[in-house]
Amino acid sequence: MSESRNAILGKLRAGRDAHPLPPPESDFAVLRNKRWDGAERLERIKRMMEAVHTEFLETTEADWPTDVQAFLKAQGTRNLLFGPATEAGARLSAEWTASGMAGGPELIPYADRVETFKERLFDGIDAGITTTLGAIADTGSLIVWPTPEEPRLMSLVPHMHLALLRADALYDTFWQAMTENRWADGMPTNALLISGPSKTADIEQTLAYGVHGPKRLVVVIIR
Amino acid sequence: MGETSINFAKASSAALQDQQLRGNFRRAMDGLMSKRAVQFADTAEWNGVRTLGASVRLRALSKLPELLEKLEANCTKNGIQVHWASTTDEANAIVLSIMQRVNAKLVVKGKSMVSEEMHLNAFLEKHGIESLESDLGEYIVQLDEAMPSHIIMPAIHMNTKQIAHLFKQKIKEAEYTEDVAQLTDLARRVLRKKFATADVGISGVNMAVAETGTLCLVENEGNGRMSTTVPPVHIAVMGLEKVVEKLEDVPPVISLLTRSATAQPITTYVNMISSPRKEGEKDGPNEIHLVILDNGRSGIYADEELRNTLRCIRCGACMNHCPVYTKVGGHAYQAPYPGPIGSILMPQVEGLEKRGELPHACTMCNACVEICPVKIPIVEIMGRLRSEAVHPGDAVKGAGSHASKAEAMVWKGWSMTYASPLAYQFATALLAKLGNAAPASLPLLKEWTNVRSKPRFASRTLHALAREKGIPDV
Repeated sequence: MSESRNAILGKLRAGRDAHPLPPPESDFAVLRNKRWDGAERLERIKRMMEAVHTEFLETTEADWPTDVQAFLKAQGTRNLLFGPATEAGARLSAEWTASGMAGGPELIPYADRVETFKERLFDGIDAGITTTLGAIADTGSLIVWPTPEEPRLMSLVPHMHLALLRADALYDTFWQAMTENRWADGMPTNALLISGPSKTADIEQTLAYGVHGPKRLVVVIIR
Repeated sequence: MGETSINFAKASSAALQDQQLRGNFRRAMDGLMSKRAVQFADTAEWNGVRTLGASVRLRALSKLPELLEKLEANCTKNGIQVHWASTTDEANAIVLSIMQRVNAKLVVKGKSMVSEEMHLNAFLEKHGIESLESDLGEYIVQLDEAMPSHIIMPAIHMNTKQIAHLFKQKIKEAEYTEDVAQLTDLARRVLRKKFATADVGISGVNMAVAETGTLCLVENEGNGRMSTTVPPVHIAVMGLEKVVEKLEDVPPVISLLTRSATAQPITTYVNMISSPRKEGEKDGPNEIHLVILDNGRSGIYADEELRNTLRCIRCGACMNHCPVYTKVGGHAYQAPYPGPIGSILMPQVEGLEKRGELPHACTMCNACVEICPVKIPIVEIMGRLRSEAVHPGDAVKGAGSHASKAEAMVWKGWSMTYASPLAYQFATALLAKLGNAAPASLPLLKEWTNVRSKPRFASRTLHALAREKGIPDV
């Protein structure tokens, strides 16, 4: 252990013990009491996220792969990065081929480590699609936990991020989502809340989208 | 004042002459204040979450040494390497040694106030490493070879035209444009190449969770995610006060932080990092290092009153609402942290010899205290530091350094006059007779009469007038 570590902790302990500070109680009622009805939650999420330029695509469990494909074709998107090893990825790839839309976007699997894939990722990918763990009504945020099958950069580097959201996986607050699902028992490498496309107001308070991350965020709501 | 002291009075006076600067700040701060008010329009909710946020910060401080040990243990368990630095020199040396081990030439940096405190960019450049700011505001300021003027919006002192000229002058492929979308797009093109090729990414930490060993970062741009995900090595630097006890403490603090800072219900990205890349994962850094910096904080922590400074969540609301900051802007403070929080933090970190003027950059109006989401008694601490600056003591580095013999004598005389009825009568009678003859240019009086009319003394004292009305002296 470093000398500095022991010196710092020693000083902190001496300072605190000379003048103890009784730990105050924390009352989380203000978060516990924030509640919305089922339908209201989704409306609120849409309203809040649309206010920061998020787009929504409504679809169903049966149709979402073909709806996504049709949407991207209409946008002129050249390709879509996806995780082939996820359940959603498997469906996407099965139905993509089956739908046989000529001239539609190409599916590109995120199958290699970033070291060998970086150049293509940064220069050749238009869109990426990921699943979500749900969304939060209080702030209008998607919960995204990247995995080996759906790596971190899929939701960051492509110009468009499509996020699959099941309409029944909604929470009232960030606090509720993490306490109900006991996140503290095992956090992943990286957990994210994403609430819109990348943005900045650093030039004279003028909002601009897509400064470093995706220029567009499209939430695919699956009912 | 010593040679290295900062001259706020001179710098603020120059800032006040700069109409463009004043306009830029006035507009920005007015907008932020009104937008923030909308976010906290529900008073009961504001009171509830503010009390909760303050309790989270105070609880963390009450267990600070234990929580830092727990944070270290959990980070280590997760594969994050933890380093401790007593000084900024030591923190810089730790960062450099990691860079040298991996032979780093290019570093991309997310916004971090602690790295400003460390003057990390200049240090790395000196050692042949290019350190590039990737937050757009920080990037602009770095191109301009200036300092950030606000802790949340570093380039708030510049308008679009000034930035357009700067880009044209400093970026090779730039065409002159005042279109904000095009300027932003240009920065995106330049910086994307850097993210893809950087050897190391550096970030700050908004909060570190002891319970889970998680580093939380909030941002809008995605540059923080890029810097902490793309390069093979991630180094996070944080002041030792940034720890919170539990994961569930994060949501209320983030809510207060983002709403207070930029009036957003939440930032675009809330990034929670708990480990380097694991077996089977395809991206993310292979190494994560956390540098925990003291730089005077353990000294601040030892004092019961000053310790409250360490509650700060760096939202910048105090500066947005400060009548002094909004007039003179951030550069006048010549410090990494400007505004009210800087005026109390900087003298404690760097000493009153160098920063003793900053606690005077305050009208004691209490606006910062009313707005502070974690209820820091900024004005009380400001008063305390003013007093420490002139009285010998050992709580704050450089206590007593601003003591002036003339001022001490004036106060002593004042106290003696008020303690003795005879001396008081003599003094008031003298001022009634001769006070108005004193020229406005007298030392001490001059400071007042520079911008105000000279006070006029009545020809007869209150005591004399009272006696005439038959009211006896007590």
